[in-house]
Amino acid sequence: MSTSLYERIGGEPAVNAAVDIFYRKVLNDNRINRFFDNVDMEKQAAKQKAFLTMAFGGPHNYTGEDMRKGHAHLVKMGLDDSHFDAVVENLGATLEELNVPQEQIAEVVAICETTRNDVLGR
Amino acid sequence: MYKLTIEDHAYACQPDETVLETLLREEINIPYACKKGTCHSCMVRSLDALPPEAAQAGLKNTLKKQNYFLACLCRPEQDMIIKLPDQSEFYTEGKVVANEMLNRNTLLLIIAFKDAFEFNAGQYVNLQRPDGLTRSYSIANTPKESNTVEFHIRRLPNGRFSEWLHDEIKVGDSIAVSEPRGHCFYLPERRDQGILLVGTGTGLAPLAGHSGPIYLFHGSREVEDLYRIDEMRQLSKEHENFHYIPCISGHHVPEEFSCGRVNEVALASLNDLKGWRVFLCGHPEMVNQMKKMTFLKGAASADIYADAFLSTPA
Repeated sequence: MSTSLYERIGGEPAVNAAVDIFYRKVLNDNRINRFFDNVDMEKQAAKQKAFLTMAFGGPHNYTGEDMRKGHAHLVKMGLDDSHFDAVVENLGATLEELNVPQEQIAEVVAICETTRNDVLGR
Repeated sequence: MYKLTIEDHAYACQPDETVLETLLREEINIPYACKKGTCHSCMVRSLDALPPEAAQAGLKNTLKKQNYFLACLCRPEQDMIIKLPDQSEFYTEGKVVANEMLNRNTLLLIIAFKDAFEFNAGQYVNLQRPDGLTRSYSIANTPKESNTVEFHIRRLPNGRFSEWLHDEIKVGDSIAVSEPRGHCFYLPERRDQGILLVGTGTGLAPLAGHSGPIYLFHGSREVEDLYRIDEMRQLSKEHENFHYIPCISGHHVPEEFSCGRVNEVALASLNDLKGWRVFLCGHPEMVNQMKKMTFLKGAASADIYADAFLSTPA
């Protein structure tokens, strides 16, 4: 019973299935897409993949410090709780689209929550 | 235990080590970050052995075909010769066999080699002047034709390299040519897929045998800067699935040309790109914007291939 969320949710293939759907939602979301205006698509896709891997409870090397540094320029642009919520909402909608059970989605959201203060530089 | 060779040095990969672990233990300078196959920072290339399948997980097909792999995921199954990303390039001398103008400012340059020159249509090479000045140019012919490579070279205002090619290089001169580079090329798979080609520059992949729809949008400001228009029109007459749409963004748009920027015309013409393969080349801003727009119209990120033409300031 001690299988990790990452394994239960389907591991790397699940990340690959989710990344395009998720990123397309984010780029179409007028609340947050201005934060992605000047980024390179390919680099960004790799970052989104790393983010989803982490959110799914998979292997990652992110520290709170990385999260702070990586988002500091966005905080200067006005990144706040409402934008964080929007990203989490898009992620939830992506997982629903992929028929991930609600309790696993809740676990993913809980993992995202642990990064909120670092991402927003508080 | 397998041997890893980089340039003139051999390193022993211990049984429990990945290639990345061996190189780090040997204090080789190699970029890396996640060590999990996610970030692709440690991508290197095998020059002889086929890399293990697991070491190519998640790479684009065109990278797999060229034996690129992730050092952090690679447990070797045999000896390997490895090329690091920043390793210096190998140049071959070629001879200019043709130089003529394709339109008012685009030069057709054909370079021939003694031996076969292998490449995939859509790749580019670096050309080097004897004083070391180097520029990248897309290869414009298909690989089937003999030992030659063809380039379409636009004269840039104050472009040191393009002016040299336009004004000084003659038939019979030698030019140093790098090995082919770039991952923006066609592989013959999923042949019923739709294909969208958008270019403000040049270069058309060999698409014979592909049964799905193929749309080529080729654009410039004025009609005098397009070329091979008749050839493309003829091709579209001969092949029902090939559609050629030349676009003019300037004021004078002759009949049978579409009016507007090539990216805007392309996006307005095709509503849904789900399942399509997309090739983009030309102006960096156009390329970057189209990567995003074609993705939003449904193309998978793994199916978008792009080369931005950066011009080096004089």
